[in-house]
Amino acid sequence: MSATIATPARTGTLRLLLRRPEMAVALLALVSMVVIGLINPAFWDAANLFSLLRANVITGILALGVMIVMLSGGIDVSFPAFAIAAMYLTIKAMIALPYDGVLLPFIAATAIGLTLGLVNAMFVHGLRMIPLIVTLGTGTAVRGFLLGAVSPSQINIDQMPPALIAFGRTQILHVSQAGGQPAGLSAMVLVYLALAFGVHMMLRYTLIGRSIYALGGGEEAARRAGFSVRGTTFFIYGLAGALAGFAGLLHGSMIWIANPHDMVGMEIDVIAAVVLGGVSIFGGRGSVVGTMLGVFTLVMLTNSLIIMHIDTTWQRIVVGLVVIVAAGATSWRDRRRGA
Amino acid sequence: MNRLSRRIRGLDPALLQLVALTVVIFGAMAVLNPQKFLRPYVFESITYVAPELGLLSIAMMLAMLTGGIDLSVIGIANLSGIVAGLFFHAYGGAHGPGLMHMGVGPVLAGIGMALGVGLVAGAINGLLVSRARITPILATIGSGQIFTGIALVLTGGPAIVGFPAAWGAIGNGRLFGVAAPLLVFLAVAALVMVLLTRTSFGIALKLIGTNMRAATFAGLRTSRTVFFSYMLSGVLASIAGIILSGRTNAAKSDYGVSYLLEAVLIAVLGGTNPAGGRGSVPGIILALLALMLLSSGLQLMRFSNFLVDFIWGAFLLLSIALNALRTRR
Repeated sequence: MSATIATPARTGTLRLLLRRPEMAVALLALVSMVVIGLINPAFWDAANLFSLLRANVITGILALGVMIVMLSGGIDVSFPAFAIAAMYLTIKAMIALPYDGVLLPFIAATAIGLTLGLVNAMFVHGLRMIPLIVTLGTGTAVRGFLLGAVSPSQINIDQMPPALIAFGRTQILHVSQAGGQPAGLSAMVLVYLALAFGVHMMLRYTLIGRSIYALGGGEEAARRAGFSVRGTTFFIYGLAGALAGFAGLLHGSMIWIANPHDMVGMEIDVIAAVVLGGVSIFGGRGSVVGTMLGVFTLVMLTNSLIIMHIDTTWQRIVVGLVVIVAAGATSWRDRRRGA
Repeated sequence: MNRLSRRIRGLDPALLQLVALTVVIFGAMAVLNPQKFLRPYVFESITYVAPELGLLSIAMMLAMLTGGIDLSVIGIANLSGIVAGLFFHAYGGAHGPGLMHMGVGPVLAGIGMALGVGLVAGAINGLLVSRARITPILATIGSGQIFTGIALVLTGGPAIVGFPAAWGAIGNGRLFGVAAPLLVFLAVAALVMVLLTRTSFGIALKLIGTNMRAATFAGLRTSRTVFFSYMLSGVLASIAGIILSGRTNAAKSDYGVSYLLEAVLIAVLGGTNPAGGRGSVPGIILALLALMLLSSGLQLMRFSNFLVDFIWGAFLLLSIALNALRTRR
């Protein structure tokens, strides 16, 4: 578990990296930043850095949910469908009512995600089915329902609720760059940080947090230690769904479009980021800080291809390599510890 | 008569359930929409469309037998078609008559290349799972991205259009009045069935899926068997890629994305245990038939493709629930 802190007396470099996977990712992030900056100094422009941070928000919130599922030894590929369904249904309802506000819609979207997440939990726990197969089924069913029964057409900016757009546009920091172009940092970064902090506190200091790690360590062991496997499973998938629903609406408000076809295939990028952050798919190992660093590094690598003068068709290969190298490193680490 | 009923009772209950499901779906479609559904054309088109999906489903089942999964099959299939297509274009010119009427030799070379892509890709998966010991989900998600990515880099995005006539015959032609892809599928299915039931490799696969530890202690070379199973699954995916590009006369990096769920669904519905140890070719064929009847029936009733997706997903969940209830009793 990442909570174990290396005792200073025994810190060889390798040992430190093994004990704190966050350090390895942080190092990787730093090296990538330097390399990308050397290839093209435009990387360091405030506008670019701000847009990178902004790009972390949605992937990051989704990654928090996936991290929780993976800590328990499961996997979730349904969350992009849940996020888009929550976003699209909420915005449709806002337009139909008509209602223009921020707080209530976010509660609604989160509730839709939560409900769908609980359906996942029902299948995973009640029917003892492999999470990948369950979430593949629920994800496809929800996406098919949204596109087939609700609508396959996107809602453009002129129809979007203005309050939502205004919220997504909020900025916290303004800088005027060397070229005179102003650059602003999206306030949504704060929303992401707040959620990450909340999840971190939950994992560290609450009973339910401990029981997620315990479940990842082994279901039978967790049960015998007195943790409620049922309650924990429902909490995990419910929270992952709720985070997805919230992230979905936030995504809609940040890009000012509600597109039901959006986020297709995004599960792979998010899983890649979480794995890069050192979370083991066998459960029990991983942290919020590692996940956030993983998200940052993956987003930076894929978003900086153009800055590095690499054709964006290489993006899939980069993501694939990240998954394989990170998963290989994690499995190697876990085996060393297990031995 | 007595013997027959005993035989039927001796059959796997999962298979009987599938036969019943197929009959019910067929009956429902026939009653709901008799003038459109009960036409030879409907069944003939199934014999052309089903084989590529069937091959991917068998590939999926092979990976599931050892408790793994192969999420890269679509990437392998598309990459195989693209590599062959690029070879044909390089050899015969992109649009010339030389491309259409290419001789048997170069077409065989193209088939060899496509199968080679499947073999290498499957070997990479096998190494990642059995040697680097990466969980099959992550290993094949990652490798699938790389295969799709290579396909994207090779083509730059758009589809490769135009394959030799002989290549198209694999996906569109007929032999003895039967769809050529169906014949390919049945031949491969028969081979895999023999492999699984009559060879030590097949027995070892199922034993490993039932209990990896016990299999290791019993002296089975588990990692080598797992390696070969992913290789085989890769080759099956590339055969699907050959048929797909032959049928559509095109190859693209993101064709058949929805096939992934469908292949998983058919494997699970066909009685494969995703946790390993159980699965059979007849189960796959029955599940494939049932779902093909269902989706072509729904499409004839003018259901949107999206709603058909919804029904596939719901079917997967339903079949999970049914399997869980049956094994619990």
